[in-house]
Amino acid sequence: MKHMTEEELIAYREGIAEQRLPISEHLAACKECRAELERIEAVLAALDTLPVPDPGADYGRQVWKEIAPRLAEKPGRWWQAWLEPRRLAAAGAVVALIVGAFVAGRVTNRSNPGDNTASKEQVRERILVVAVGEHLGHSERMLVELSNAAPNDPKQREVNISAEQRRAEDLLQENRLYRQTALQEGDAGLASVLDELERVLLDVAHSPDQVTPAQLEAIQKKIEARGILFKVRVVNKELQQRQEASEPAPAKNDSKKGERNKV
Amino acid sequence: MNRMQQNVDSTQAIAESDAIAVERTLAGDRDAYRVLVERHSHNVFRLAYRMTGNRHDAEEVVQEAFLRGYQKLGQFAARSNFGTWVYRIAANYAIDRMRQRQKEDARREAPRTQDQDGMEDDPLNRVKDEAPTPERLTQSIELRKQMEQALAALSEAERTAFVMRHWEGCGIEEIAAVLKSSSNATKNTVFRAVQKLRLALQPVVQTRAQARAMGTES
Repeated sequence: MKHMTEEELIAYREGIAEQRLPISEHLAACKECRAELERIEAVLAALDTLPVPDPGADYGRQVWKEIAPRLAEKPGRWWQAWLEPRRLAAAGAVVALIVGAFVAGRVTNRSNPGDNTASKEQVRERILVVAVGEHLGHSERMLVELSNAAPNDPKQREVNISAEQRRAEDLLQENRLYRQTALQEGDAGLASVLDELERVLLDVAHSPDQVTPAQLEAIQKKIEARGILFKVRVVNKELQQRQEASEPAPAKNDSKKGERNKV
Repeated sequence: MNRMQQNVDSTQAIAESDAIAVERTLAGDRDAYRVLVERHSHNVFRLAYRMTGNRHDAEEVVQEAFLRGYQKLGQFAARSNFGTWVYRIAANYAIDRMRQRQKEDARREAPRTQDQDGMEDDPLNRVKDEAPTPERLTQSIELRKQMEQALAALSEAERTAFVMRHWEGCGIEEIAAVLKSSSNATKNTVFRAVQKLRLALQPVVQTRAQARAMGTES
């Protein structure tokens, strides 16, 4: 008797077999294939015990609360979303990156025709380093302000953090673009810190405008616990060093060439 | 009325109610979209969690799926089922997130693999469980860890195909659309996923079954 292949049994088990009847008939008559199917089912049954956390009964409401401020007035026209000021700012930063890399690449091209690829990459990296450095600086300032925020009066019931919240929303858009760019450029270390920063920015952006002193303290503790300020400072410092190191040293006998390469 | 008929009726009622909410949203009633978000968030979360394997990414996928769904709602008008549609958007975004996460993790894991005796990389994880420990709890935790590792070892396409077919019961055409692949290739991806999971997990599962049969584990 010709037995069923593993592929046929898996297809049968997962309900994607072209013809179920011949397999069913074979299984009814063949003990070995039935045992093989049981072994497949045992593995799948074990996998079915893996739990999925319950996000809570009001999860739908939470999701709505998170996304509602980011929805345009009318849906369906994707380009409208890009006309929001914060998206324009983020898109502008990326366009500046691309244009800068292109222009600088051309300049470097002309001055070093024998070393095209390396110099283009260096210039692109230098521009990314400068842009991300600025972004990290802005993020750091916002987080420091938030970490130092306190009620003016001990009896004050709520503290207004709407300014920090709006800045976090803007920074979040930029952060996503820089994280993706860093990944595309193969800078996984930078992408990793930007990923951590993104989580903190998400928390802040999704906080209420007015928070109680206890809520403010909880946000501040969260920032502190993640050590994100320290990580941002360290990476920013590294970026500055990379920027300094990648700036071409003025050539001894050709100072004009050195000037031209400077971005 | 039997149970199956009740389910069909309830599905139809939801689809009709979804269609009305989509129309109202497109007409400018932004709050109508809230109904769709609240109704489908749990399902999308379940899919996203099973695909990404962690809560943080799953929550990001859910939010992004509904944001993208809103932005593209004009393209949805001719389609019939909002739930299926937003599901597909979520699956696509989850694949992107898994790719990013893999790159980030590869970077973070690099120093860890050099320190093979360290706490983070428990050597027990790499030993085949031929002599199971007596504690059931420890075994369950160990099995769960191994299952998570086996799932994480699948390619994005394999994991997507397995999650969507085995756990979510999606049709092959629907999965093929997400994977941008043919039906036959998608079936083959489901097969490869199950085959890899079986290869990684069958020895552990069998050992546990034998232990249960011998009474060393209930």
